[in-house]
Amino acid sequence: MSFSTLADAYQSFDFSACFHSVHASEVRNVLDRAGSQAPLDTRDLLTLLSPAAQDFLEPMAQIAKNLTCQHFGKTISLYAPMYISDFCCNHCTYCGFNANTRFPRTRLTLEQIDREARAIADTGIRHILILTGEAPKKTPLSYLEDMCRIMTRYFSSIALEIYPMTETEYRGLKQAGADSLTVYQEVYDKSIYKAVHPKGPKSDYTFRLLTPERGAAAGFRAVNIGPLFGLGDPASEAFMAGLHARYLEQTYPHVEISLSLPRMTRAGGAISPRHLLSDRQFVQTLLAWRLFMPRLGITLSTRESAAFRDQLIHLGVTRYSAGSRTDVGGYHVHTTGTTVQFEVTDTRSVNEVAAMIRHSGYQPVFKDWEIF
Amino acid sequence: MADTLTLGHRNFTSRLLTGTGKFASNEQIRPMLSASGSEIITVALRRVDLQASPQDNILTHIPDHVTLLPNTSGARTAEEAVRIARIAREAGCGDFIKIEVITDMQYLLPDNHETLKAAEILAKDDFIVLPYVMPDITISRQLYDAGAAAVMPLGSPIGSNRGLEMKPMIQRIIDTSRLPVIVDAGIGRPSQAAEAMEMGTDAVLVNTAIATARDPVQAGKAFSLAVTAGRMAYQAGMAGSSRRARASSPLTGFLQE
Repeated sequence: MSFSTLADAYQSFDFSACFHSVHASEVRNVLDRAGSQAPLDTRDLLTLLSPAAQDFLEPMAQIAKNLTCQHFGKTISLYAPMYISDFCCNHCTYCGFNANTRFPRTRLTLEQIDREARAIADTGIRHILILTGEAPKKTPLSYLEDMCRIMTRYFSSIALEIYPMTETEYRGLKQAGADSLTVYQEVYDKSIYKAVHPKGPKSDYTFRLLTPERGAAAGFRAVNIGPLFGLGDPASEAFMAGLHARYLEQTYPHVEISLSLPRMTRAGGAISPRHLLSDRQFVQTLLAWRLFMPRLGITLSTRESAAFRDQLIHLGVTRYSAGSRTDVGGYHVHTTGTTVQFEVTDTRSVNEVAAMIRHSGYQPVFKDWEIF
Repeated sequence: MADTLTLGHRNFTSRLLTGTGKFASNEQIRPMLSASGSEIITVALRRVDLQASPQDNILTHIPDHVTLLPNTSGARTAEEAVRIARIAREAGCGDFIKIEVITDMQYLLPDNHETLKAAEILAKDDFIVLPYVMPDITISRQLYDAGAAAVMPLGSPIGSNRGLEMKPMIQRIIDTSRLPVIVDAGIGRPSQAAEAMEMGTDAVLVNTAIATARDPVQAGKAFSLAVTAGRMAYQAGMAGSSRRARASSPLTGFLQE
């Protein structure tokens, strides 16, 4: 069985009725068990994501803080994203790299990649996340393998957020030095998925859904997943992402599983969010995931504002991006006419983010892995 | 005769081993070591960045008199653990190595099979091998045969602060092991450290409970005192317990007069 079977089973599930049937007493019961560190099941996750649980954010936060401190200590890992190509053949209606959006496309040369990598490494960052659009002809496996080999000169962990590949292709990238994989399903609701991915290889829902499993099977040590909040109903999307993470944790026990909470921000040619995730819902989701999976990595990007990120540090986040540029060559190469995939809201430098983390009573960790 | 802990060719006065992970800042490590008297501290090689600024290089926060115990955190196989150990030695971290081979990210329980394979290779390579294992008398014997310097059974899962959930199994290891026994993982309170020492454990390793305490320095001191008290109690040969009363003045003592 793959996660596809499980995901299919929930396509006809009446999330709305389920969420609205939850009473405060059930939330209290789940919190009692979470506080005593009893394992929570999927029904408990639904309870924590329900409207009734919104009245319990403070006790949820207290438990989440304790669990996070216990499992991860007073530390926050830092990473930086690096865009190496914005060519894309997909037609995702929410993305600045959409094939229909007209702007001069860029793909960094290997020499430019080297310069970008050095600029990022000079900030102290040792964990890098490499991003591309989906354009296998422009960024074939061989190019990505060459890129990985360059990255190993500068970084101790190389994560990939690239187009979905086969298990064999992932093995090649692992061999070249990559150790982690990020892939967002964007939206778990099949009908919405179809509507927002009208053309291109990404329109294959199931191939994308099973990408984390191919990555785990290929030997990546860490897999990061998540929905793009703003496309589907936030609570049910958060539930499906949690379900997916739990499935991966149980099926691939050797892999570190993380979830991200990207909220849609503005990007060139993109649609507006259909379902806004409020700050309260954002926090509720983060807390529910932490209580559901105490050892889960939770990643927070610079899509969120500095002020908001400063508060979230106490609520269960384990990994922050810092000093991010979301345009190709944005750190050093500065190619002209590039576009961003999404707008960065927290524009602080790596040093400024690290100072904030220290000021909050946590240690910024620049290196927490080594490709031995 | 001094009551020392012997690991390989080295003797230690303190029986409290500490860790470097999870502190709010690396600057807390030095005063914690000073307060706790710990002479051995474990550090994950994956966290060591030799190119980092002194503030961010964890090794610069460990005093010279404290023995480094690099660990193989992140290793999923014996081969990876061996590679990490050799890199640690080349990086100047000494000959001690704590083998951690973990293939379960949910509970972080050690893989005894891969750990034993790594121990066999590294002991032959003249490392002082301290393997973190699931408590089991068979693995304890196998590690002795492999040339390990100690056996490190877990009290409960890493970071859980649940204390000696594996107490009966650890007791069996203590009763049968020819190696020093160091309880590693799960000890969340000084009283639990004292309990382990009272059982006859040779040392304990505490990280999370110290690093995440409100005052890690005070916590380090508290654990130090608890370990000392527990050790003294063990050496004193404390009396056993009983469900029934035992008269402190025997009622038939007069018959011996």
